[in-house]
Amino acid sequence: MATDLKKSYKDFVAVDGISFSIEEGEMFGFLGPNGAGKTTTMRMIQCVSPVTGGSLEVLDMDVSRQQREIKSLMGVVPQENNLDGDFTVYENLLVYSRYFDIPKDEAEKRIEELLDFVHLQEKRDVMTESLSGGMKRRLVLARALINRPDVLILDEPTVGLDPQARHLIWEKLRNLKKQGVTIVLTSHYLDEVEKLCDRLVVMDNGKILVEGSPMGVIEEFIGSDIIEAENNPELLECLRQKEAKYEVIGDIVHIYTDNAREISEILLMECSLSKISARPATLEDVFLKLTGRSLRE
Amino acid sequence: MNPVDYFRIPSVSSRSFKVWQRNKDVFMKDIKLNFLPPFLEPILYLLALGFGLGKFVESIDGVPYARFIAPALIAVSVMYASFFECSYSSYVRMYYQKTFDAIIATPLTIEDVIAGELLWGATRSMINATVMIPVIALFGLIDLKYSLLIIPFAFFGGLLFAAIGMCFTAITPNIMSINYPVLLFITPMFLFSGTFFPLSALPVPLQYFATAFLPLTHIVNVIRTLSFGVLSSSLIFDVAWVLFVGVALLVLSINLMKRRLIV
Repeated sequence: MATDLKKSYKDFVAVDGISFSIEEGEMFGFLGPNGAGKTTTMRMIQCVSPVTGGSLEVLDMDVSRQQREIKSLMGVVPQENNLDGDFTVYENLLVYSRYFDIPKDEAEKRIEELLDFVHLQEKRDVMTESLSGGMKRRLVLARALINRPDVLILDEPTVGLDPQARHLIWEKLRNLKKQGVTIVLTSHYLDEVEKLCDRLVVMDNGKILVEGSPMGVIEEFIGSDIIEAENNPELLECLRQKEAKYEVIGDIVHIYTDNAREISEILLMECSLSKISARPATLEDVFLKLTGRSLRE
Repeated sequence: MNPVDYFRIPSVSSRSFKVWQRNKDVFMKDIKLNFLPPFLEPILYLLALGFGLGKFVESIDGVPYARFIAPALIAVSVMYASFFECSYSSYVRMYYQKTFDAIIATPLTIEDVIAGELLWGATRSMINATVMIPVIALFGLIDLKYSLLIIPFAFFGGLLFAAIGMCFTAITPNIMSINYPVLLFITPMFLFSGTFFPLSALPVPLQYFATAFLPLTHIVNVIRTLSFGVLSSSLIFDVAWVLFVGVALLVLSINLMKRRLIV
């Protein structure tokens, strides 16, 4: 989909020559710290921010030339809720359907389905500002689906929501994926991405650092498990001798491994360890390793 | 942006009508409140200025004072309706409500959105004129012969002030700063465009200035002439001025908004 995609402003480069390709029907995640270039990339995919360099195609169409066609097949859940505060829940969906030239009868039918889908039937005649955060987010999702999109773009879909609302949104996204919708999302919640996405990229400073499936990325960069132990000089010396992959984070040492039990035993026997615990590695560990902390081996 | 680019004709599609429709729907929700100002304001002004102050004013060029200012009240309302719609109201929709962001995620482009806003601003001017004409007619202050021509003219005059409002919306750093053009441009126009006294009372250089740079002067001229039941050839100049400057500013305002919003 994208080849050597660039976006620069007067004094800085937001997206610095990234290439990626998203398959039809998959759920694809963009991860990265704030300012990594995720939202800028999303905005270019949505055809609302012009591309500075490279090429970007959505559904085999060029974003700089076929904006209307692309946008008519796309649904967008932006980072910031931008519901129309002058209208009720129902009117929001109806007014939005007109922008897509959906005939009124058809729109009314779809709105009923969508209100059921996001559980907002009882709120249909409420003005949007009196909705809770979770309800607003659900309405934005419903709005993004009014044109039955082939591609759904979600920029931080569950930010600021309580666990119930997050789980509901996840369920809806899985549902949509089953229906064959291609879903592209960004998120700071790494457990969310780990659970939902088929593939992901981690971005930082406008570049893609890694690409792969959540499990693949974890195994490639961390191994399947992490052993956490208390930091002391003897342990570090011992690890160095064994040529283990580890990282010191303040008082704690993270040891990366594919075989937690065996390594724990070796460590307990051969290195002087006081406290030790093993846990499966997560995307968060990869994320911090790639974007946050420097690794010494 | 190259200076020439500011006047490049933007590609606007008929989809801008959807934005017009959106604003109309919001307007219809509060229709009673929205109809009140164009209904009540001419009554108040005519009572206070026309019949109150008018007692102390000699007729102007043979026209009683109330009859002189009645068409100017329509012209002022044309100016206010679209200028405020496309300045403060558009700014709120753009910046606070993020309405434009939501719309450009659909097949509409930013050019469509701004064109829809401008058309709606002009429509509000036309609505105001349409409400005011019968009210003023009740006072017997308008010759109905050509008065219906005022309605389409109010739309084009409205477009001009909509474009002026939108230009300021495009360059204003925040909503408070829209007070500057109101204070330095709109209010002087309200007073010095031949509204409450004839332009000829001003020093000659100011008369030229008003004719060249104050759009309201031309709007007042046209509406006043029509309200007297006269069609004079001098109207051609005023109408041409309004159309020419109007089109130029419409193009400029859309390009300025594009510059502001497309990053």
